Amino acid sequence: MATLAPTFPWAKDSKDDYRTCPVLTLKVDMHAERLIIANAVMAVVTLTIGGIAALLIALTRWQAVHLLDATWFYRLLTIHGIDMLIAWMVFFEIAGLHFGSTVLLNARHAAPKTAWFAFILMTVGGLMANVVVLIDPRNTVAYTAYMPLKASPLFYLSYILFAVGALIAVITFFINIVVAKREKRFEGSLPLVAFGFMTAAILATYTLLQGAAAVVPAFLWSAGILSNFDPGIYRNFFWGFGHPAQQVNLAAMISIWYSLAQITVGIRPVNEKFSRLAFVLYLFFINLGSAHHLLVDPGLSFSWKAVNTSYAMYLAVLGSMMHAFSIPAALEVALRAKGYRKGLFGWLRNAPWGEPGFAALVVSMVMFGWIGGVTGVVIGTEQINLLVHNTMRLPGHFHATVVSGTTTAFMGFTYYIIPLIFRKELKLKKWAVWQPYVFGGGMLLVSLGMIVSGLQGVSRRNWDITFSGVVPGTIELSLAIFGIGAIIAVIGGIMYVAIVLTSILTGPRLEASKLLLVSGDNNPVLESTKLTEHDLESKQNQPKGSFVLVIAFLVWFAVYYLTNWWLLGRTWFIR
Amino acid sequence: MLAPEQNWWKPLGRLEKTWLTVALVWCIFLTVMMPLWYYMGKQNVPAETYRTTPQQYAATVNEFVAQYQVGEENSVPVVAPPPGSDVYLRASAWQWYPILQLEKGKEYRLHISSMDYAHGFSLQPVNINLEVLPGYDYVATITPTSSGEFTIVCNEYCFLGHHTMVGKIIVK
Repeated sequence: MATLAPTFPWAKDSKDDYRTCPVLTLKVDMHAERLIIANAVMAVVTLTIGGIAALLIALTRWQAVHLLDATWFYRLLTIHGIDMLIAWMVFFEIAGLHFGSTVLLNARHAAPKTAWFAFILMTVGGLMANVVVLIDPRNTVAYTAYMPLKASPLFYLSYILFAVGALIAVITFFINIVVAKREKRFEGSLPLVAFGFMTAAILATYTLLQGAAAVVPAFLWSAGILSNFDPGIYRNFFWGFGHPAQQVNLAAMISIWYSLAQITVGIRPVNEKFSRLAFVLYLFFINLGSAHHLLVDPGLSFSWKAVNTSYAMYLAVLGSMMHAFSIPAALEVALRAKGYRKGLFGWLRNAPWGEPGFAALVVSMVMFGWIGGVTGVVIGTEQINLLVHNTMRLPGHFHATVVSGTTTAFMGFTYYIIPLIFRKELKLKKWAVWQPYVFGGGMLLVSLGMIVSGLQGVSRRNWDITFSGVVPGTIELSLAIFGIGAIIAVIGGIMYVAIVLTSILTGPRLEASKLLLVSGDNNPVLESTKLTEHDLESKQNQPKGSFVLVIAFLVWFAVYYLTNWWLLGRTWFIR
Repeated sequence: MLAPEQNWWKPLGRLEKTWLTVALVWCIFLTVMMPLWYYMGKQNVPAETYRTTPQQYAATVNEFVAQYQVGEENSVPVVAPPPGSDVYLRASAWQWYPILQLEKGKEYRLHISSMDYAHGFSLQPVNINLEVLPGYDYVATITPTSSGEFTIVCNEYCFLGHHTMVGKIIVK
């Protein structure tokens, strides 16, 4: 029988300041609460800046609109990358780490001052990056800043400040876990969600160290201290940061998936071992992914690229495929146990589609797996990368992962953080019900428009591709689909920001009285503790529907994968 | 979100085991495909690379152009090297130099390097994409299998004039 983490007497230290969450019956350290709020607010602020940039650059690439001039396009492209891929993601993840290492474990924040210092460094670094890109034309180098493009020293310094802040925040996560364990705030193993955050934190540590190996020499070179730094080596280290950083997002997102599934449906992981092994596979293999960005770079051998790009033997992909089954399976078992046992998909018909957290979970999982995951593996195949490198298929892939996947999940999770941590009533609930679908639908068009454009040779990061004179007329259509999708997604983004701001800026502080936002007064998290071994193992509760879903997924995966080999076989001979 | 029970190391269920096996087999297939294509496929990523410097490479390109130039288009020389020879292409902000004229079905050793920033060699519409870095002489052994005029787009961002960096390969 799983139980809520038992409540231990709070530390004898009288300086401790905490409240008890009436809904989850967990203790919430006020230091942790304030840190979570601060980081989440900065996440939404940077998301808003990045979102404005997103709209403007999308309306520029939509050839029929072509809004901005070239300089502003590249400038806002740089801003968009920094605010979305780095600031929004990392701020939200740090909020998640503070949550996972304190609230979930019934524990206190052991190093709040250090964590505040980290927050200040990140905020200064993040805002400084925006300012220096806007005011100094030298810094229009895209967020990757490939050497020998030379930005000003302040540009690299802003990256360093942000990364050092993030690293310090990650260290406080580890401190919190150790202290919580020593003070016996929880017994036995970490809850699965905290285990997933732990995976993210370990990945984040060496990700940030690799980032330092790229950006610190670049800073010294820009400041004139270092005379030369090899552009190939820079790319290797930069992507040693940039790619694993996406795996931090992945691990954090999957932790949020498990959380949302538990909050909205009351799942119990069908097999803890299965889910945890999948996280461990990330830990061991996903750091090889830097090679994904270097597959058509000079100077690297086939074997180096093949081993690294495939995460040794696609073992990190295996981890994702395990989660792709274990989460729907857990949902299915929990819903079947509630009596929705009709046919293969009766449980799915009766799932809480109107609950924002569930909507966000499904949108995020489907888009991440079916589009993001599949296209990612295909792009990361050594030879197929010849067809894809730096075409629009690339942003098509990572907008499906980082935006449709991770961002949607983070947005859905925010709606529960507002009553539970901000202690404000969620306003505009009707909007919240629709928001994941609007945002996800827009992003679907964005990804498809980008992928189809890329298949026709349209390159990414290009102000006006019609200069090349050879792109077929159909790209007008695919770029229009991308542009229209971007407008819809931005509307979804505005809805999100409006819901968050209205909720936290208006209305009194209010202890949450229930967990679900719209679909009832019950508390699925507490109910999930009543799921017995018998419920999990009984024959009529077996996740047959989820099994059919993952087999369908595999068929689609195979079709897309093999089609790309066929496409490659039609081009010029090259070796 | 809840603490698991004390002993969570349990055998996998039947469906979990089946899916794990299927997924693992698929991963092994994905792994095998790359070496298989490496030995059997006609399209592989070039690996041959030499160290160079922008000055040294520029000199080689000039020599190459002087030897095989057959014409000029918009003040960029058109160069027709013999099949099987070493062909040199220079990337710089924001130009591909020179225009190459090749023969269909013949093999060439195409050298590419950059004078300044990172650039992207993106041959359209056949859609072959390679990264071009300064200091690296990257050699792609290519055989055009179609004829016509092909555009080289730069697809690695190389500062504000990036989108104007367009070159040409003619295949007869």
